[in-house]
Amino acid sequence: MEIGIAHYLTVAACLFTLGIFGIFLNRKNVIVILMSIELMLLAVNINLVAFSAFLGDLVGQVYALFVLTVAAAESAIGLAIIVVYFRNRGSIAVEDINMMKG
Amino acid sequence: MTLVAFFFYLFAVLCIASATMVIIARNPVHAVLFLILAFFNAAGLFVLLGAEFLAMLLIIVYVGAVAVLFLFVVMMLDVDFAELKAGFVKHATVGAIVGGIVLAELVLLFVARGFDLGIGGTLQAAAPAAQSGVHNTQALGQIIYTKYIFFFQTAGLILLVAMIGAIVLTLRHKQGVKRQSISAQVARNPATAIEVVNVPPGSAIIPSTEGSSS
Repeated sequence: MEIGIAHYLTVAACLFTLGIFGIFLNRKNVIVILMSIELMLLAVNINLVAFSAFLGDLVGQVYALFVLTVAAAESAIGLAIIVVYFRNRGSIAVEDINMMKG
Repeated sequence: MTLVAFFFYLFAVLCIASATMVIIARNPVHAVLFLILAFFNAAGLFVLLGAEFLAMLLIIVYVGAVAVLFLFVVMMLDVDFAELKAGFVKHATVGAIVGGIVLAELVLLFVARGFDLGIGGTLQAAAPAAQSGVHNTQALGQIIYTKYIFFFQTAGLILLVAMIGAIVLTLRHKQGVKRQSISAQVARNPATAIEVVNVPPGSAIIPSTEGSSS
């Protein structure tokens, strides 16, 4: 069967849905939440590159490159926040993070 | 089944399966390793689409840096996964409903249009390369540094800000370590730093015990 764009979009849609489902499932576990966000960004990248390939326009791949950059930066900052939180609290149960709530 | 189709299904099924294992794994290290597997299979899909530069970038940057960072943090923090998975069933039903709605909406987009979206059914990725003779990396370089230079520089700025942010967040100074205070060193003046001793000829110099401290 000829692999058309719909196949790639289906894969991306499944990955995106799994990312959303992962956030719902692992509400307390902030590392898996970060990994689910990475899955969603990967799904978006697959979408962008699939459209770029099927339309013959390279701008999709350029955009995917920048999405990759931003995803790497955001992972680094998110993990730094987790490390500092763990240093101060001793656990990463982020429901305790509402200490400043009035 | 052609070779392309075989590899597409292989990569796609493995990608989705490892993404599923990421979100339901009990062991956090296993979850990160399944994420790495998902990235590898997505890179394979990119190669099938003709975007080999992006595929290699995915492996080098995403797997080699970001996923390894995840692994570092997971191994450094003492995470008790068992208590963090409480309330699994209750959240799972809501999550499944929302996820199902999202998936249905996304798939309906192209099912309703008849699976081809009005775009050419065949892969056009090979066509530009065959026509102009440049490969993917060269073609990307030709437009990133000319047409999209602003976004390229902004991406560099974003990475700089992220680097500074991560360092500022996690750096802590050890107590009791002697370090230089450059401003105090530079602020020395001859009035406090030099002591003029009047030495009578023929006698020894006795150094003063209360030396001037910087």
